[in-house]
Amino acid sequence: MSASRFAVATLSLMTAVAAGAAAAPAFKAGLFDPPRQAPDFSLQGTDGHELRMSHYRGKVVLLAFGYSSCTAVCPVTLATLAAARRELGPAAADVQVLYVTVDPERDVPARLRAFLHNFDASFVGGTGTAQQLAGVRKDYGISAQKLVTRDGYAYSHSSFTYLIDRGGRIRALMPYGHSPGDYVNDLRILLQE
Amino acid sequence: MRTRSAALVTMAAVAGAALAWGGFAPIHTASRNEVFVIPQGTWARRMSGDKVEILPDHIRLTLGLRDILVLRNRDEVPQIFGPTLMMPGQSFSLPFAQASEYQFQCTAHASGQMTIVVEPYPASPWARIRWRARELLSELHQPAGTS
Repeated sequence: MSASRFAVATLSLMTAVAAGAAAAPAFKAGLFDPPRQAPDFSLQGTDGHELRMSHYRGKVVLLAFGYSSCTAVCPVTLATLAAARRELGPAAADVQVLYVTVDPERDVPARLRAFLHNFDASFVGGTGTAQQLAGVRKDYGISAQKLVTRDGYAYSHSSFTYLIDRGGRIRALMPYGHSPGDYVNDLRILLQE
Repeated sequence: MRTRSAALVTMAAVAGAALAWGGFAPIHTASRNEVFVIPQGTWARRMSGDKVEILPDHIRLTLGLRDILVLRNRDEVPQIFGPTLMMPGQSFSLPFAQASEYQFQCTAHASGQMTIVVEPYPASPWARIRWRARELLSELHQPAGTS
């Protein structure tokens, strides 16, 4: 190889490396390092089947916790997730939103399903006994505190969403309030892996 | 008398130069990470009744300079740290892209809440002086357990 060819090849390689470094995707969500395996659970799914995290291996999962009577946080989060799926287009087929209730008393499967379908018919909810749900919350570090209100009760609960990769590992945590575009950014990264 | 005047003029010149540097010199930070670490043995210390505070109630970040909150669990047990559950040896890096005040539930605090104030990049000279002054004070009062 002549000196000029070697120089051109080296320059091309350096340009490619620099371009790769510049294009390195950046997550908008908070990242875990190292990521841990998402704990499995068995709940009653709103699709009529048992809801297990492990059933969704191969898909990117967005996991959120809340309850259908929530008026402040959950409608915003679910509308954001629905908008992100729409923005993803056909790639959304590989994204599954799971929503686990913190209010088993009111969130029977039919009610939870109707609530979720207001946002996106593909969303799957999970409910179970208070003990089962408390176990899931413990495994995922979710807080849920029941508060007595004038009309009955409400919950103060963790408002973030977990991003779980195709291998079932908890990769990231998106705090409440991020835009659909931020979710799309991170989902595209996970979908391309 | 002349010596005293000369000293005053010199001091004023030095102060002026410091202010000019503080206001106009670009700010460089070694890292954009604001790091908080749960040290090894924290759980054991808490179990023995030792009150261990690692995360402050209020954390102040600045866009473009220090806008990534990094939490590290170096303890032997899982910990709820800030907004999330972290396994032993795990780190969590949360970037911020918008100046605002963020509230997180945090069971590690008595109030149950953690506030993160993200301020805009200090673009004006006065903002740069304030930022540098605050950094200096923060360095002087750095508590043990943070870095």
